[in-house]
Parts: sequence; C-alpha cells; structure tokens
Amino acid sequence: MSVKYIIKDAAMADGSHADLLVADGRIMETGASLSAAGATILDADGLLALPGMVDLHTHLREPGREDAETVETGTRAAALGGFTAVHAMANSMPVADTAGVVEQVFSLGRRAGWVEVRPVGAVTVGLAGERLAELGAMADSRAQVRVFSDDGLCVHDPVLMRRALEYVKAFDGVVAQHAQEPRLTAGAQMNEGAVSAVLGLTGWPAVAEESIIARDVLLAQHVGSRLHVCHVSTAGSVEIIRWAKGRGINVTAEVTPHHLLLTDDLVHSWNPVYKVNPPLRTAEDVTALREALADGTIDIVGTDHAPHPSEHKECEWAQAAMGMTGLETALSVVQHSMIETGLMNWADFARVTSSRAAEIGRVGGQGRPLAAGEPANITLVDPAARWTVAPDKMATKGRNSPFAGLELPGAVQATFFRGHPTVLDGMLNTPHPSAVEDSAWM
Amino acid sequence: MKHLLSTTDLSRGDAILILDTAEEMAAVGEREVKKLPALRGRTVVNLFFEDSTRTRISFEAAAKRLSADVINFAAKGSSVSKGESLKDTAQTLEAMSADAVVIRHWASGAPARLASSDWIDAAVINAGDGTHEHPTQALLDAFTLRRHWAALAGTSPGGSDLRGMSVAIVGDVLHSRVARSNLWLLKTLGADVTLVAPPTLLPVGVDSWPCRVNYNLDEVLQSGPDAVMMLRLQGERMNAAFFPSTREYSRRWGFDDARLATLDAAGGRSTVIMHPGPMNRGLEISSAAADSPRSTILAQVRNGVSVRMAVLYLLLSGDSSGEPGRIPTPILQENPA
Amino acid sequence: MIVPTVQSGQMASRVVLTDADIERVLTRIAHEILEANKGTEDLVLLGIPRRGFPLAQRLAHRIAQTDSSVDPSSIVGQLDVTMFRDDLRRHPTRPPGPTQLPPSGIDNKVVVLVDDVLYSGRTIRAALDAIVDLGRPRIVRLAVLVDRGHRELPIRADHVGKNLPTSSAEKVRVRIGEVDSMDGRPVNEVVIEGPA
Repeated sequence: MSVKYIIKDAAMADGSHADLLVADGRIMETGASLSAAGATILDADGLLALPGMVDLHTHLREPGREDAETVETGTRAAALGGFTAVHAMANSMPVADTAGVVEQVFSLGRRAGWVEVRPVGAVTVGLAGERLAELGAMADSRAQVRVFSDDGLCVHDPVLMRRALEYVKAFDGVVAQHAQEPRLTAGAQMNEGAVSAVLGLTGWPAVAEESIIARDVLLAQHVGSRLHVCHVSTAGSVEIIRWAKGRGINVTAEVTPHHLLLTDDLVHSWNPVYKVNPPLRTAEDVTALREALADGTIDIVGTDHAPHPSEHKECEWAQAAMGMTGLETALSVVQHSMIETGLMNWADFARVTSSRAAEIGRVGGQGRPLAAGEPANITLVDPAARWTVAPDKMATKGRNSPFAGLELPGAVQATFFRGHPTVLDGMLNTPHPSAVEDSAWM
Repeated sequence: MKHLLSTTDLSRGDAILILDTAEEMAAVGEREVKKLPALRGRTVVNLFFEDSTRTRISFEAAAKRLSADVINFAAKGSSVSKGESLKDTAQTLEAMSADAVVIRHWASGAPARLASSDWIDAAVINAGDGTHEHPTQALLDAFTLRRHWAALAGTSPGGSDLRGMSVAIVGDVLHSRVARSNLWLLKTLGADVTLVAPPTLLPVGVDSWPCRVNYNLDEVLQSGPDAVMMLRLQGERMNAAFFPSTREYSRRWGFDDARLATLDAAGGRSTVIMHPGPMNRGLEISSAAADSPRSTILAQVRNGVSVRMAVLYLLLSGDSSGEPGRIPTPILQENPA
Repeated sequence: MIVPTVQSGQMASRVVLTDADIERVLTRIAHEILEANKGTEDLVLLGIPRRGFPLAQRLAHRIAQTDSSVDPSSIVGQLDVTMFRDDLRRHPTRPPGPTQLPPSGIDNKVVVLVDDVLYSGRTIRAALDAIVDLGRPRIVRLAVLVDRGHRELPIRADHVGKNLPTSSAEKVRVRIGEVDSMDGRPVNEVVIEGPA
C-alpha cells in the first residue's frame, strides 16, 4: 500500500496551518509546502484538521436488531460524522457478555472497515444485574475489551457494582455506569419537573441519577478503581462529579450532544423523537452541562447514538422507545453549543471528542496528536459550513434525529481512518482496504 | 381550533362560546324531540383504549342527538388488543372517512399524537388521556359551576365566566387528568383554585401552577369555598406507598359526614360538592355528602351530554373542505342568504 | 391594522327604507297579520335571530296596541334555525343562537315566522324543520321586512314589507336599532349595496 495523500494547508486545532503527508496509515510529515511523488493532493484551505473523533457510547444494534442498525450502517454513519473509532454498546441480542459476542462485533467492525469498532462488554450476564459476566475473558479476547457497561440499565446492586469496579482493575478496565436508580424511575417517561407535572407523564427525577453517581464515586474511591459515568444529564450530577474529582477520585464523565442543546420543553410536542434515557432536562441543566464540559468536569462527549425503527417512534409517547441518533450530528451540535457560544475552542473540541475518549477507553492509536509518526486518524471539518439536518439522508438506519430540520454549523469534509479516506467531499468514499483482507479470512 | 386536546388551548372566548352553545344544547334536551339534524351524514368514532362506559355513552348520546353516525371502537376485543398500532388504527378510521375521533387512552398525550400526525385528518377530541387531561369533563364542570354561580347572582349564565368563584380540588391530583383540565379552565374563566391533597399525590412542579396548595382539607373548608371538587382515589395507590391506608386517607382528605355537618353548620353558604364519578362512596366522599342537596353529581352527568354536543357541533358542523371544524370567533352573522 | 370601510372602492350603496319607512311598513304588516288571523287569538310571533327577533317584538307591540288584553311578551318568541340549515358545511361553524318559545308554546297556535330578508328561502325551510321539532302549530305564516327575490325553494311570504328587485351581485343590508349601531347610535335602515 503506497497510496499517499497530502492534505494542503489545513488549519490545526491550535490555529496554526500546515500540510500533512499521509502514507502507510501514518502521518509521515507535517509542515509547510510538503510534496511527495505520486501523492493525491487534498486542498484543505479553510478546513480544520482534527484528530479522528472517538465515541465511547454507540449503539450499533448488531447482533439481534439489524432492523434498527447494523455494524455496517452504523459505522458508515460514524465515518460521515467524523469518527474513526466507536464503542459498540453491549445491549445487543444476544448481549455482548461473552468473548464470543464481543469478538463477533469486533470482526464485523473490521470487515466493515469504516471505523475502528471497540466492543463494550456487559458488566452482568444478560444485563440482568445479578452476576458478573466473564469480564476477563472479554478483556483477553481478540476484541481487547476495556470498557464494561450494562448501559440501558444501571448496575444498581451496590455489592455487584463494588465487585465490578474491583475486578476490572485486573486488566485496567473501566466500568461505564448508566446511572439510574430503578425504583425511583419505575415507568418514567420524561424529566420530573414543571413540564411533566403539566403533561401528566411519570417523572424521571434528577435524584435518581445523582444518588447513583454519588454512591458510585464513593465506591470507586473505596476500592481504588476507575469509574466512568455515561450521559450525565443534570446540574446536580455535575456538582457531585466535580466534588469527586476534587477529592482525587478516579472518575470520568460523558455528556451527549442532545443534552447539551435540547430541553424537556420539547416534550410538549408529544413527539417521541424527543424521548430518550436519561431524559432531556431543563435549561439550567443544559447550562451546567456546557460549563462542566468546558471546565473539564465532564471529560468527553459521547453520542449515545441509539437508532430505532420508525414503528418504535410512530406511536404514543408511553409506547415509544427511548433514544436518538447522534453520530452524524455530534460535531455540529457540539460546535453549535460549545464553540459558537465561546465556551470552548477547537483544541478543547479535540480533547472532548477524541483524545480523552481514547484514553478512557484505552484505545491505542486513536485520539493522538496530528504529528509526524502518529496514526493517520484525521477529521477534516469545514467549520463555516451550515446545513439543515435531514434524517432521511443519513447513513444510519435510524430516522430518529431530534435535530431534524435544525440548521447547524460545521460539516465533515473528509475522514481519514488509519491513512485511508473513508469520507471525501463530505460523502462516503470506500472502507479501509484492510477490510477486504479481513473478509477473506472471516 | 380543529381539535379539542387540552383546556390549555382554550381562550376565555372559546370556553364561553362552548358553554353558551351547551346552554342551547341543554334546551334541546328538554324538548319532546331531543334531536337536531346538524351533524347528519357525519361519522363520529368513539375510540376507547380504556374502559369508560359513562364517558362513552355520554359522547354517544351527544353525537346521536346531533344526528351523527356513531361507531364505537373499543380496544378490547378488537384488533388493537392484538397489537395493532395507534397509527394503523388511525389510518383504518381515516379510510372509513371518520369525521371525528373521540379518543380515550391510557397513555398521556395519545390524542395529541393522533392530532399532530398525518395518519388521520379527522377532528380529534380528547375523552381522557392517561394522567394528562380530560377537557370535556372540565367543560361540563365549568358549565355546572357557571349555572350555580349565575343562579346565586340571579342572572342567566349566558356569556358569563366564573370570576370571583373559589374552587377547591381535593384528592389524587398527581394522577388526575380531571384536576389538570379543571385547573387550566377554571383559571381561564377567572376562578380561584386551591388544590388539597396529601403531598405524595401532588406532582413535583406543582409550585409552578397557577393555584394555591394546601394539605389540610378542614382549613380549606373553613375558608368557605364556593365549590369543592372531590377526585376519585384509586385504592391501589396505597400499594405504591402514596399513603399508609385508605382509612387514614379518608380521615384526612375524604369528604365525610363530619365535614358535611361542619359545612352545614357554618350557615347558609351555598358551597356545592362535585365529583366526576365514578365515586368510591365511603372513601373520598361519604354517601351523605354525595346525596346531599349540595351535591351536583347528577347535574354533572346531565350537563356532560350538553357540553359534548356543543363540542361536537362546534368542531364538526363547519366547512369540511378546508379546515374541518374550527371553534369560531363569535361574529355577527351578516344577512345569511 | 387598517380595515377598509365598506363604502370605499367599488361599492355603492343606496337606502331603500329609512327609519320612518320601516316603522310604517311594520304597522301595515301588524294590521295584515291581525286581519288574516281575524284578531289576536292563538297568535304567536317567532322571530328568527338576529334581526327577525326585534322585528317580531316590534310587531307584537303594535298588535298589543290594538288589543289591550294582549301582553306583547306573551305572544313573541325567537326561533334559532342555525342547526337546521342545509349549508352548515359550506361555511365556517356558526354558533347557535337561543330559541325561546312563548309560555303557551306553539301547539295548535297560528305561528307567524318573522325575518328581515327573504332571499333563497333556505332559512325559512330550516325554520319549518325547527318548528316541527318543537311542536305542531295549526298554521304557519311568514312575514318579512324585505323580499329580494331569487328564491331557490317553493316558499313565499304571506306578509311583505317591501318587494325589492335586486341582482344577486348586490347585498341587502338590514340594520335594526336593537342590534345595529353606527358611531354608537342605534340605526334603522335597509340599504342595497352593489358594484358601482
């Protein structure tokens, strides 16, 4: 493989400009006016070069719900959204709670070749919250699982949570907790507050998230382990995490793009596209989440991309599935809510969407600086572009984007995955050539 | 408006027009021929995903008095219970040219979902959705209260509102669609509302509602409300620890004989006692209270038909080509040909 | 927002009955009614809202003036025909008006329907249907202030204030003081408006 690319005159996250020479899956050279024989030139004037985005929280639905999404369609969506790695959540059917299932998902990702697919292993067998899954076997498998989560469900048994936190220390794993006290959220339909009172929908109180986070950071401190909090959604959760970090507790946290922008007022429409778990919260929560992401209390943006077939949303609110798509809108929503508001710059963006996420997931070769010798995982963005979100035109099978019809800034022009452009001119190009080789032996 | 989904959608003018129209409908109910030809050829579907014989027959009587064709579609024993979606059911009704769908559903927001979808073109009337709203119940309560208020003032109810009236709504507000619809409508009509409930049966967020909240029923009764609206309590709430026992609930928040006696002893006050039905006699209301001269419970049932006739007439009688049924702004008719 | 006045533009209007004309015409109709009924016995006047009702009240007063035993309010009522119209679905929803019969009812009475303008005849058709649902009068007669022609149904008036030949492009506006006012003053007149 000797295809070479020169990305000409791209703006870097720090504001400088440079050319990037890409070959053999790596950034060979950076600097001004690079040239190389036979290289394909990409004019990146006006574009921003960012480290390829890493999502710690993606639902690819395969195996089991291929009507909602497949690894193929989900990773196409990821590439179009500027991602070079995604973590596939464990709540597939069967649940990714054995080495066999995580290796299957891992292989499907390799065969697709659009991004790196890192399976997340379930913490408990069948997500049932009763006994630990074979975490070690998943860690030692070809999939090299480091992130464990029962996402969709909370590991609510305190003893089980303690054991999981302890156990993953053996292979430098992390437990990613979906913080939701189940008894406090029985039948919950939306954020509990002024809007739920008027609409007569069963409330999902902030305290159900905050009480679990409070418990878990104390457990993580007690056993000296690493905790990651999925999709933080309330101002109170932010305060607890800030307090925990201040005490040196090894906790990281994520926020979704939709929680950075949308509020529970939208439920007045009764449109289930706004139904998600944790639910959309209030404007005060949105403000607190933005500030926390900017000051590092919340480490990363995780999409919680959750595609659903249309029949699961074309129904009564109470009957509808929870979840929103997010891979193809994440960059734009974060630019809109964090960068255009002046809360963050593009270097911060690179941290929260790439480097920090790769660190938490222990994904080597991702989230690296754009420097000579580093793997060529690069996202080229036109930050001046504006576009209107049209779910029908997306690569994901899910049409459940809450941003439909919204005009947002920032468009992914190209994505380089290990030196290969999976996206060019804002459109899907080809999967990484190694995908073909993978298929051959599968 | 094309639909009746929530009393929050009703302006004061809309509400008074509906109540005034209901007065005309009530007059029809007293005639020998209790039928009007206004909705001849129109089809009203009663789509009930939840049992409610009283509400269904009230709507059925209202539609029939206006000469509409009525189709009753109960979710039980129909394709709905076999897993057919609301969307498919709606499209079926659309294919059958339903002009109005009166929908009762266990899920909050189901009528609004139907109305905002492109599944069906018909007017949608909310006949009670989950713990959200029950607008025709609130309208019939307001109709009953307005007649009472006008009778006290020695005037005719037509054109008037409920300004100056104080109304206590007592009971399981948290799970009550009746309480919500009533609160918004009573406020729109100028009444003053106090909610009385155990703290566990008030929603978080109630502090943003335009009303007072009091946990003490006796205190509220001493303040001399013009009407006391008792809400139905579902005994199974006890199992979810909303209150320790039905006995304790009844003692603190039930309208019992002692409270009736206190009210009577307080003198010639004209406080009325209301209940949307069906009642749990001996739980939230005693038999003596329910059957006392203060009780408007049967009048409420009677008024229900008139109010539902008014709603059906106002939503369905107009131009069908463009927007079927708008609640009109009361304008002077100009020399109709 | 600026609302153009009716008089502006291409519309021209002319008064065909003044206040005094209306008074005179009503007096004549009252006499005709008494003559046709041979007195006031069993007589009921039902005005069709909005303007038919005040006209019926005025007629009742005139009738009472000729027969002191008659309480005018006991022989006059109003009959709302809104919900009996055949054109409900061709117009935005019309709120119904009140129907109020005199205390003695209409069974076996001589009912005189009173309206301001007789045009297509459809309002009267609706009124006849409405009456049937309310009782069984012995005779139903029709009195109108103005008959402008263009009938679409086999209906004619028994008592006509004024026959007005019009084109259907024209509009006949009846203004009755009990209902209509201009600049805060009650106004009584019949006007034809049409293209200039």
